[in-house]
Amino acid sequence: MTPLTFTLRSEPDERLDLSGLTPERLAGLTSAEIAKLIIGTSRTPAAVGDIFKIKGTDPSDIVFSGGSSSFDLVGAEMKTGRIRIVGDVGARAGRRMAGGLLKIEGKAGVQAGSGMKNGRIEIEGDAGDGVGGPMAGEVHGMSGGLIIVRGRTGHRAGERMRRGVIALLKGCGDHAGLGMIAGTIVATGRVGRYPGHLMKRGSLLFDRRPMDLSPTFMDCGRVELAFPGLFDGYLMNEGIVRRPLLGARPYRFGGDTAVLGKGEIMFPRG
Amino acid sequence: MQELTRNGIVIDDTFAEAFGMRATAIIITAPTLKWARQAAITMTGFATSVIGCGCEAAIDIDIPASKTPDGRPGCRVMIFAVSTDELQKQLKTRLGQCVLTSPGSACFAGLEGPTSLNLGSSLRYFGDGWQISKKFGGRHYWRVPVMDGEFLCEAKTGMTKEAVGGGNFLLLAADAGKALAAAERAVAAIEKVPGAIMPFPGGIVRSGSKVGGKYKGMMASTNDAYAPTLRGVVNSALGPEINAVLEVVIDGENSDAVAAAMRAGLKAVIDLGPKRGALRISAGNYGGKLGKFHYHLKDLLP
Repeated sequence: MTPLTFTLRSEPDERLDLSGLTPERLAGLTSAEIAKLIIGTSRTPAAVGDIFKIKGTDPSDIVFSGGSSSFDLVGAEMKTGRIRIVGDVGARAGRRMAGGLLKIEGKAGVQAGSGMKNGRIEIEGDAGDGVGGPMAGEVHGMSGGLIIVRGRTGHRAGERMRRGVIALLKGCGDHAGLGMIAGTIVATGRVGRYPGHLMKRGSLLFDRRPMDLSPTFMDCGRVELAFPGLFDGYLMNEGIVRRPLLGARPYRFGGDTAVLGKGEIMFPRG
Repeated sequence: MQELTRNGIVIDDTFAEAFGMRATAIIITAPTLKWARQAAITMTGFATSVIGCGCEAAIDIDIPASKTPDGRPGCRVMIFAVSTDELQKQLKTRLGQCVLTSPGSACFAGLEGPTSLNLGSSLRYFGDGWQISKKFGGRHYWRVPVMDGEFLCEAKTGMTKEAVGGGNFLLLAADAGKALAAAERAVAAIEKVPGAIMPFPGGIVRSGSKVGGKYKGMMASTNDAYAPTLRGVVNSALGPEINAVLEVVIDGENSDAVAAAMRAGLKAVIDLGPKRGALRISAGNYGGKLGKFHYHLKDLLP
């Protein structure tokens, strides 16, 4: 079977809700049925066939050939299989995703991986604000899975996340891990102001000392630990980093003592 | 009947009788192999026989730093017991008293299996609320703050019901020195076999036992048929040339591991020859009715 491929005909003139085009929702549908699915969000919404040429038959392996910043909710709530986007996506890619692989070969808009539960999101380009965070009014953000952003990331990455791993490979904006409940955020490159602000638990693992560390984080010194060796091994096995991130004796800061104070920020160099 | 011999050593036409057991394995790492082994040796102390120790345990193999989960040198420890509950109890207490306490140690699952036993899940409370849970790559770890840093411990390890305990052979020699030389050769060879341990001191038993005894409440008593000082007095299994007998006892992850270990041990003893080592090789059994696993010596010879 060949991958089910959606080739973009031309830049859409409305925002698209692509949450219906996931492996489990498309299983058992014919090309003709898929072409009739409504994905537009305006008063006269477009159907799949208006926007894309459809080829291929395997709904567990979906490819979007050509992307757009109007592609919202790509891979939302997907549970298995894989979706690859050759291009950019809009807001909330992988929203509440529960399994499978979502691979975005361009940029992602705001709130990628918002409320994610499991699975893996890889973003080759930049990502907007709120990666792995909650939507307005939600109690917590990401609760499992892995998000890798190979470009730059916006503000508030991993806000109120509970579990899982977020890796930001070209730095991130302000307040990474804002109000974090638990989980792990890895960042290489420049990190914005006050990472871990109001975090209760969880780990922020950086490749350098952050510029603006909140005064409510306490210096715990440098201690030889086994955990960095284990976690560096994981990061290298997953192809996230090539060299060890932390080394055996990282600097450790505990916080945020303005709240519970059981979180940590670790980095290898002073 | 023609005697079976190899390199001048007489091989008895008999078999080792072994039993089904529950087993688990963990990987202990530390900043140096010395301290990984120290934690392992302490943890597997007083674990020679399930009869009196609750479990049988020993180091399986050393693992180089490049192959351990945290990139530090380590070793794999195997623990055998007769029930899942007893195995869990022994694992928890030995881990808590001997590995948690050992400088720089960390501990990981050493066996994958359908059933699991608590490892860090039962020790995390030592952290008094400062323990850190980490889940990534499909695995779960606990980090417990301690005085030299952190005790890193995987939450669970696997358990197998395929394990076999009690594989053995007896080395019969002209004197105690030669019996010991042969046994040491066998132990050195079996140490290289993965998935098999020898729980007795240095891998060797000098007080082989028979079932029961004349005194009430004795589950096992001395194997008088193989005690050279009783030759002639009791129904002895020893000829006039034999003056010392030592036994090597093997527990394995599965039956194949026990067979591989016995094969490696027998080859080492046979290679050593009768002049410096054993004159005769035999094996311990209970007539074949008690244990499910039988290892015939003649099938395992080089």
